[in-house]
Amino acid sequence: MSYYFTVLSPTDVPLFNIAFGTSKSGGDGIARFRFPDTAQYMNQFIIHSSLDVVEEAQWMNGNMYLKHIDTYPPASAYISAFLTPSGARFLLLHQPPQLPTNASSATTGSSSLLGSSFSGSAGSSSRASASSVAANPTSPQTEEAVRQFMTEVYENYVKTVMSPFYRQGMEIKSSVFRSKVTAAGRKWL
Amino acid sequence: MSSATKASRIGEELWKTRVDKVNAELVTLTYGTIVAQLCQDYDGNYQEVNKQLEKMGYNIGMRLIEDFLAKSNVGRCANFRETADMIAKVGFRIFLNIAPTVTNWTSDNNQFSLVFDENPLADFVELPDDGRAQDELWFSNILCGVLRGALEMVQMQIEAHFVSDVLRGDDTTEMRVSLVRYIEDEMPPDEE
Repeated sequence: MSYYFTVLSPTDVPLFNIAFGTSKSGGDGIARFRFPDTAQYMNQFIIHSSLDVVEEAQWMNGNMYLKHIDTYPPASAYISAFLTPSGARFLLLHQPPQLPTNASSATTGSSSLLGSSFSGSAGSSSRASASSVAANPTSPQTEEAVRQFMTEVYENYVKTVMSPFYRQGMEIKSSVFRSKVTAAGRKWL
Repeated sequence: MSSATKASRIGEELWKTRVDKVNAELVTLTYGTIVAQLCQDYDGNYQEVNKQLEKMGYNIGMRLIEDFLAKSNVGRCANFRETADMIAKVGFRIFLNIAPTVTNWTSDNNQFSLVFDENPLADFVELPDDGRAQDELWFSNILCGVLRGALEMVQMQIEAHFVSDVLRGDDTTEMRVSLVRYIEDEMPPDEE
């Protein structure tokens, strides 16, 4: 399972982003997206395109956690959202591990080193993660795991913006926050 | 009973009975804003920021000592060691609700370190990531000034500075305090 997490200010300025992979069920914490060469741009594109859905969904109920709100089938990317009361948006894109049958065709374009390590780990971990959180992006367990993740990130986000040297709307460069997000990902996802 | 345990008992008692409490985050955010504003005003000249914080603290300390003596009602300290315990266990307790450890005395009993396990002024703080703040800014430098100002009013000239700070990535937050001299009452020069 690969994740791309981003924080957006109320005025849609990207404040923070990070890509990471699952650590559970044989994952090694490294993100392996479906299209490795373009993943960086594609993920940003996919995640930002879901903002329209967020803006619709945010008034539907009073919850801060909006659960799974959008899907982008071509990359089988699922997006979950979390809103803070001040209007910052946390968006998490998750991409379940690829089936081993597709692995060879999808990785032919990438370098052989990356391709071999990718298909190798996908093959070994697919059995272990078939019934786990990662394989069912819309299951209640996943919703709950993502909620826990979002809540923990939110707590750390609050501490970060309380720093006197952080100005509202500034990019979050704090390495402490980055490591806390990674830790939260390792814990819940 | 050692002077340290006696002092911590006094501090504890005063904290419970005589001290008005305010929200810690109010203090933290107010102080943080002051430091951040100073950094902006002096355009990232952190030496100057340290100096200004120390000066602010000095002015606070000169008044605060009166409040401290009125609240605590303690008498004159017999020696500098007792003074150190008084500062750490009573002074810091009633104004910040912390009790730094007094340690690393020199053999002549004129220098000691205060090691802070916690520092309410620095909660939430991350120093600016400009490559210099980590080496130059002493975020809590106001405390040095407070001690200097307060002790000067009770006839002790001291020098205080931070030697390490967890904000900079050090393991501990440590302030070094050294006694320069006891200030004697002097006659004005032209008095017969």
